[in-house]
Amino acid sequence: MVGKSLISINDYSKENYMRILELAAEFEKNPKQNLLQGYVIATLFFEPSTRTRLSFESAINRLGGRVIGFAEAGITSATKGESLRDTIKTVSNYCDLIVMRHPLEGSARFASEVSGVPVINAGDGANQHPTQTLLDLYSINKTQGKLDDLNIFLVGDLKYGRTVHSLLMAMSKFKTTFNFISPDELKLPDEYKFYLDNLGLKYYEHKDFTEIISRADIIYMTRVQKERFSDPIEYEKVKNAYVLKNRMLENTKETMKILHPLPRVNEISEDVDENMKAYYFTQTLNGVYTRMAIITSILGLK
Amino acid sequence: MKEQKEQLVVSAIKDGTVIDHIPARLLFNVIDILGLAKIENQITFGTNLESKKLNKKAIIKVSEVFFRKDDLDRIALVAPQVKINIIKDYEVVEKKVVDVPDRIEGIAKCVNPMCITNNQNVQTKFEVISKEPVSLKCQYCEKITDSNNIVILSHK
Repeated sequence: MVGKSLISINDYSKENYMRILELAAEFEKNPKQNLLQGYVIATLFFEPSTRTRLSFESAINRLGGRVIGFAEAGITSATKGESLRDTIKTVSNYCDLIVMRHPLEGSARFASEVSGVPVINAGDGANQHPTQTLLDLYSINKTQGKLDDLNIFLVGDLKYGRTVHSLLMAMSKFKTTFNFISPDELKLPDEYKFYLDNLGLKYYEHKDFTEIISRADIIYMTRVQKERFSDPIEYEKVKNAYVLKNRMLENTKETMKILHPLPRVNEISEDVDENMKAYYFTQTLNGVYTRMAIITSILGLK
Repeated sequence: MKEQKEQLVVSAIKDGTVIDHIPARLLFNVIDILGLAKIENQITFGTNLESKKLNKKAIIKVSEVFFRKDDLDRIALVAPQVKINIIKDYEVVEKKVVDVPDRIEGIAKCVNPMCITNNQNVQTKFEVISKEPVSLKCQYCEKITDSNNIVILSHK
């Protein structure tokens, strides 16, 4: 992993995942280490993402590193028509590592080809966001004590949800049973089901999850967006089926945890927040440790 | 009579390459893929010729050019049925078929409008994940371009 860019979750093997999880656990125990002293890391956010950017910058700052960069493209030479190629070639002379978010899909892979320093993809359009997936894995492993033999419920927009697809690919390296809960319009694309079929992994599809919720080890919630529906009446009919409420959690496993990539709109009622099973805010803290692990392993410091 | 006409229109070459059995509608794609617009050699072609197999076919004869196998293989992306004849001293000395390569650089356009290759000056690169029918996975945005939506980029 040393010196290598992290662009897609498929760039890492199962062993790589486990190494990152191990390092993240070390950082959780001891988050104040001066490992990045003397390092400059660029955070180039061509599209705003406050949570992801602050999570990276918090990870870098806590380890004593310096950050340069921008939070939106409006203040950069990209608005003067500079190509991504030129921006990356220039910035890679100023820093030891680039963290990049860009609205165009494939931009991060391209940046890694022209950059003189490694690139971490912090989201390229609807394509990949591998550090989110690794922090999801860390959260699952930490709360369940294992990654094998879990029953993972993926709920909401399974058609367009980038985080869901990446998490599925990552968890398919373990002995996972999947339950997909979504309206018809937002069902998981067939290519992912073929992929699981080929691996011999079990999965079930449902339109509603109240009946089966007691089996879940992890419920991974995503937002069902109105814009995704061609028929607004259809949206009105189904929208409440994908909102998690506290009373629905009564018969769930003691150890079950609810994850969400955030931001949440209304798909998890606020009355769930106080439940011990709500894990989405701790999940964001795990993101800082996971990013510490990724950065230091790529820079060869761990 | 028609056979004779064909022979008249697309006359024989002494040395070079004949690309035959091109579906007529793909003639200009094949010209693009091989970059024929840029070369100085004598080129003759005929199109909308009658063909039992293809209904209407095209044929290209390029004098004194012997293409590299991987250049010819790029034709397979759009027209896997073409037949290549290598001509030396008016005789066919070798017959070749084209095979879809494992990787494609340039030539095809990525189907995803949000892909970096469709928005900035970045050459497309694909891994060929299926050859029959052709299916290409973009190295950048990871989206699949399948045989129904392959668009050939013009040679620069």
